[in-house]
Amino acid sequence: MSALLDVQDLTVDIPVSDGELHPVRGISFSIERGETLCLVGESGCGKSLTSLAIMGLLPKRAQRTARVLRIGDLDISSASSREMAHIRGNSMAMIFQEPMTSLNPAYTIGNQLEEALIRHRRVSRAKAQERAVYLLEKVGITGAAGRLRQYPHQLSGGLRQRVMIAMALMCGPELIIADEPTTALDVTIQAQILLLLADLQREFHMGMLLITHDLGVVARVADRVAVMYAGQIVEQGTAAEVFERPLHPYTRGLMACIPIPGKTVRGGRLGSIPGLVPSLIGDMHGCAFRDRCAHATSACASYEAMRDQGDGRAYRCVMTPEETMAASMREQAA
Amino acid sequence: MLNFALRRFLLAALVALTVSIVAFFLVRVSGDLATSLAGQEASAEDIEEIRKAYGLDRPIIVQYADWLGAAVQGDFGESLFFPDTVWELVSSRLPTTLRLAMSGLIISLLVGIPFGVIAALRPNSWIDRLAMTIAVAGQAIPTFWMGLMLMVLFSLMLGWTPISGDESWRHFILPAVTLGYYSTPPIMRLTRSGMLEVLSADYIRTAYAKGLRPMPVLFKHALRNAVIPVVALASVQFGHMLSGAIVIESVFAMQGIGYLAWESILRNDIAVIQTILLIVCMFYVFLTVLSDLVNAWLDPRIRVS
Ligand SMILES: Nc1ncnc2c1ncn2[C@@H]1O[C@H](COP(=O)(O)OP(=O)(O)OP(=O)(O)O)[C@@H](O)[C@H]1O
Ligand code: SF4
Ligand SMILES: [Mg+2]
Repeated sequence: MSALLDVQDLTVDIPVSDGELHPVRGISFSIERGETLCLVGESGCGKSLTSLAIMGLLPKRAQRTARVLRIGDLDISSASSREMAHIRGNSMAMIFQEPMTSLNPAYTIGNQLEEALIRHRRVSRAKAQERAVYLLEKVGITGAAGRLRQYPHQLSGGLRQRVMIAMALMCGPELIIADEPTTALDVTIQAQILLLLADLQREFHMGMLLITHDLGVVARVADRVAVMYAGQIVEQGTAAEVFERPLHPYTRGLMACIPIPGKTVRGGRLGSIPGLVPSLIGDMHGCAFRDRCAHATSACASYEAMRDQGDGRAYRCVMTPEETMAASMREQAA
Repeated sequence: MLNFALRRFLLAALVALTVSIVAFFLVRVSGDLATSLAGQEASAEDIEEIRKAYGLDRPIIVQYADWLGAAVQGDFGESLFFPDTVWELVSSRLPTTLRLAMSGLIISLLVGIPFGVIAALRPNSWIDRLAMTIAVAGQAIPTFWMGLMLMVLFSLMLGWTPISGDESWRHFILPAVTLGYYSTPPIMRLTRSGMLEVLSADYIRTAYAKGLRPMPVLFKHALRNAVIPVVALASVQFGHMLSGAIVIESVFAMQGIGYLAWESILRNDIAVIQTILLIVCMFYVFLTVLSDLVNAWLDPRIRVS
């Protein structure tokens, strides 16, 4: 069976005042129906632009290329804007980071929920309303029917994000993209919302691309994990494998704050790794992590290839699996 | 909403009272009324007689109370030069001015909003630059000059419009265009900047993420939020037009309250001046309330707490 979402060699380039920015540099992954892929990485590594590139919502100046970019039967890389608008909010929906500003202050919750369904399915307002109430209840909002008449400013951040989730589900999408859906929320409800999302993903058998900083949640909800650094994926594999046997020094750096797999701390954030992310402007060669890597050698300046370990497991480091595991032991001893 | 409206009206009533005081005293501080009423050749006795006849010898507070009491009953006194009462005079002239200001406002909204939107959609394009250039150039030309130039071109040379007067709607075209021309630039600029801000808002991205096409996004999600500040501006502009009417009505010889005010100032017809001042100020107050209510209707964050 072919994957629901297939992305091969996706790049995004943005012309800026002092050259060309390469925030996404040849990313490849795929998502099956009913599967959750978590994309993790430090701020600014290109996670949001990757998701916007798939949705076809990149800023105007940004340039997108891809060898393969496909959802279901639709080739996104060659789709017209009309075809893209037809699948957005329909078979592919997105939840954004900022629930406070992502809803239009001038319209009721009901109006904004019903909109996508009316647009894509041409159903009556009454039918759309029925579905909106059903989904609001699904995302755990009480008094759903009354909420339809409320305005966004009358709801708390957590409620608004639940509304955004319900909104994304209106047309029963096959793929849901959630870009750090809880970062802006109160810490106490972050995990709640993410677990709700994971439950809904399972119930409706959707594919999900979840971008998050919360490694604790990654460990609980992800089927597979892709670790991103400076516009590239540096490690990929099933969640269990990546947590148990991280092969890339950067992945291990990220996990430094939650050392024991399975016993992850709720809400554990990405560990902070000393050093600065390299500039993404202009040509880049070699391992992008070498300025911050404890194991860097002269060979790293020219090494870039992904080491394919089979079964979707891969990492991007000059060290062989044996060498990197030995390095991991030394890290822990230190 | 009802509560909100009531509060606004109460506030407006207070402002209106203040305005009436200012209108009354402003006319009085401009000089001794009895002296100017009596004229150049009057003797001191004549002046005293006039002072008594018009009740100007009484304490000013009493005079004000007297005037206000009559005014709320619709009695604004007599004109010194026309046979009619001030109220008859002003109310017969008011429709012309209101029609003129309304047409001017509609023209500036019909031009300013669409051009502001287009300029925002294509910032720094030729159409954006053109719109801004016309706007800046327009502000530099005095109203009466602009009115005269239009009159020369369209009435005298082309003969498309009547030269002056206010008998038919065709008489209103040039004066309304002249008035509208001056409030178009601020409306256009505010629409443009509001639109630019709204278009980069997160909820616009949400609308696109739902699969909405550009037109529904623009008209339903963006414009509605972008015009909120324009409403307040439009009400201020309407007020400006009432005062701008003084010049325009003189240029085009239209019998509105602007023209009447000008005549009355020359003749020192205080009862008329005072009343026009009061009425124009009342319109300002009323328009402010109206724009607040329209804003509340457009923006639920004001309406629903
Ligand atoms: N419209 C834009 N114009 C220019 N540069 C941009 C634009 N959007 C993003 N970038 C740059 O591209 C890089 C990647 O941005 P992106 O938003 O994808 O990061 P991210 O991984 O989502 O980070 P975060 O975790 O902070 O959300 C950043 O360096 C950012 O500054
Ligand atoms: S390639 Fe070199 S610098 Fe890069 S992660 Fe591996 S060891 Fe470190
Ligand atoms: Mg982001």
